[in-house]
Amino acid sequence: MRFAPASFLLPCLLAAQVPYERIVKADGEPGVWLTYSGNYQGHRYSQLAQITPANVARLHTVWVYQTQNNRTEVSPVVVDGVMYVTEANNVTALDIHTGRSLWSWTRPIPKDLQTIGFGRTNRGVAVIDELVVVGTLDAHLVALDAKTGAVRWDAEVADYKVGHCITGAPIAVDGKLITGVSGGEAGIRGFIDAYDAKSGKRAWRFWTIPGPGEPGHETWTGDAWKTGGGSTWVSGTYDPELKLIYWGVGNPGPDWNGDSRPGDNLYTCSLVALEAGTGKLRWYFQFTPHDEHDWDATEIPVLINATVQGQQRKVMAMANRNGFYYLLDRATGEFLMGTPYAKQTWAKGLDDRGRPMVVPNSTPSVHGTLVYPSLQGATNWFSPSYSPQTNLFYVAVREMGSYYYKGEAEYKPGTFFAGGGERALDGDEAWGAIRALNPATGKMTWEFRLKSPPWAGVLSTAGGLVFGGSNEGNFYALDARNGKPLWDFQTGASMESNPISFLIDGKQHVAVAAGRAVFVFGLTGN
Amino acid sequence: MSRVIASIWFLCLLPVQAQTAPAQSTRPANLTPEDLARGKQLFEAQCAPCHGIQGTGGKGANLARPTLKHAADDDALFATIQNGIENTGMPGTWQMTDREVWLVVAHVRSLGRVAVENLPGNPVEGKALFASRGCAGCHIVEGLGGNLGPELTEVGARRSAERLRQCLLEPGKALPDGFVMVHAVRRDGFVLEGIRVNEDSFSIQLRDLANRFYSLRKQELQTLEYQPGATPMPSYRDKLSGIEVDHLVAYLASLRGQR
Repeated sequence: MRFAPASFLLPCLLAAQVPYERIVKADGEPGVWLTYSGNYQGHRYSQLAQITPANVARLHTVWVYQTQNNRTEVSPVVVDGVMYVTEANNVTALDIHTGRSLWSWTRPIPKDLQTIGFGRTNRGVAVIDELVVVGTLDAHLVALDAKTGAVRWDAEVADYKVGHCITGAPIAVDGKLITGVSGGEAGIRGFIDAYDAKSGKRAWRFWTIPGPGEPGHETWTGDAWKTGGGSTWVSGTYDPELKLIYWGVGNPGPDWNGDSRPGDNLYTCSLVALEAGTGKLRWYFQFTPHDEHDWDATEIPVLINATVQGQQRKVMAMANRNGFYYLLDRATGEFLMGTPYAKQTWAKGLDDRGRPMVVPNSTPSVHGTLVYPSLQGATNWFSPSYSPQTNLFYVAVREMGSYYYKGEAEYKPGTFFAGGGERALDGDEAWGAIRALNPATGKMTWEFRLKSPPWAGVLSTAGGLVFGGSNEGNFYALDARNGKPLWDFQTGASMESNPISFLIDGKQHVAVAAGRAVFVFGLTGN
Repeated sequence: MSRVIASIWFLCLLPVQAQTAPAQSTRPANLTPEDLARGKQLFEAQCAPCHGIQGTGGKGANLARPTLKHAADDDALFATIQNGIENTGMPGTWQMTDREVWLVVAHVRSLGRVAVENLPGNPVEGKALFASRGCAGCHIVEGLGGNLGPELTEVGARRSAERLRQCLLEPGKALPDGFVMVHAVRRDGFVLEGIRVNEDSFSIQLRDLANRFYSLRKQELQTLEYQPGATPMPSYRDKLSGIEVDHLVAYLASLRGQR
């Protein structure tokens, strides 16, 4: 009889002991991947440097995990020998050595559930203390025991029957779980919620559409605010020093017909900075006032330091769906700069306060108005990356225009409330790129062209690489300094996900989801 | 939100669309002339790019017919428009309200009420020409024929007579979406010309005119040139008489799939 190999007997620390302070110091522990973006600041950067331009050609598949029912957009979390992956209403804990399941938790999807405007998916968990926390399609936030997958608490965030839904990963801050909600095409009134990590009780709620008497309500007309959208469906970021949460807000409803909602429609298409303890609004910045193109501002707000006009500033950098790259002072919300990073035809530019100077006749029409970018934007929910090593901001860009149509918009609970749509220019008229931007100026340093507008984000590493994915199934590595392609692998499915990096037994690995699978890659040979 | 929301083509790939079929809706009674005009407007803006202004087909199916393959009755047509057709280029129209979809249903049905196109040619003569003029050397019809060109078994269901005529006389101006010929030169000097079969950011797959597959890594190529408008299909403008073209068009228009 043979015994299990020695590596199998190595202690596998299944209890995820992840106090808040450990997440704050995530940059000092590059062997794990503790949050959706790797750290609170949204960098999606790994300080691991074993995989380099010189050896990346030796990258091979170590194991593959096949999901149970659905395609997945998960960005896995890795802690103490365990990888947590998700698909819609499911979390599975995997042994990082083999990809074998340690436990799996599933919450049945109600038969009458509709995802209005998006697919049945999930993008990942948050870990805090001994909890693994996930949002569900039926709009619950569920905390699972990290060791067994047993439910510790289950909070109903909102009613799924009128279009609320959760697909994004929560973030865990000091004693609280923060989650957003989908439903921007169903006429919801959006919010950002915080739940007490111990009890699961709601600690605060910030409504993204201000009610009567609240500042910002004057940017709505009549009852339009009640169905004003402002979903919050992608994870935000957090500054542990300022104790501020940065969260992007989605489009106003109805999407493409703004006739019923004259005004700027705050805080749709804005970034809000909330006090973590109370949920109180510290500041906001609206990228696209009175949006009629569905350009949610739900891209990852990346927190970096940059020298702006000779001054070192703590900034928030965002490559927005509307085609502009922005820098804001993250303590005050002051607009510092904004510049296009992709083709856009809707604004002549931004004024000195960052408000777009809109081109006449660029709004949706009955016969269709051709505008760049498409309603999917110049980028979308998939993550950018910031490398402190190269001091470059990497972003997956969609070069695509659309004919925007204006249609009817009648609110009926639990149905589409969109008021039009688009017909995207596709085929060889649309393309994509990974672009490296100077984070202080937004100026492009290099680009790597992609066959079609991507749906996958990027990871940069201290090894000098940028990893990304394509619609055609390519997972690839570029030289972080110049964008030169160094390695690629055909995963066999369109990639709608974000890569991560971590250690297995002291060796650097890279993981990414494609279709219904999660792939883990490592170097072969010496 | 609408992340995915996506571009129509993208949504059509999501199996979720079938799972989220909306509640049954009934056709509104007593449509006014304004309603019908709105249906026409919606069709022309959002359907005509594939189905043609008159609904006679193009990239999408010919709809100017009394019966439709995927829509036996109005309810089925409503469902087809709203949900799309899986594994085809036909997306769902989540962005239209139920009422708007019904207006499009009414317009599509009105297209089918036009007189069936009376083609001047004789399909029997056309079939003989198809065999004798070499067409079958490159095209499969009902399981028989060469395989360099596209299969034509159902071409009459998808293309109007006008488009079929253009395919014969000016084939370079009537290429299917995504069809392109490429000229590639590898770093070792090997030259290849062929039809693009597939492509991603790192590789391209070709079929040359001898019908062999090639897989090329883009990094190993000196040049990769696309040749828009190029096709191995010759023009038959000077090879067939006017009446012969009519016969051939009538035959192709009669090809509606295996019975």
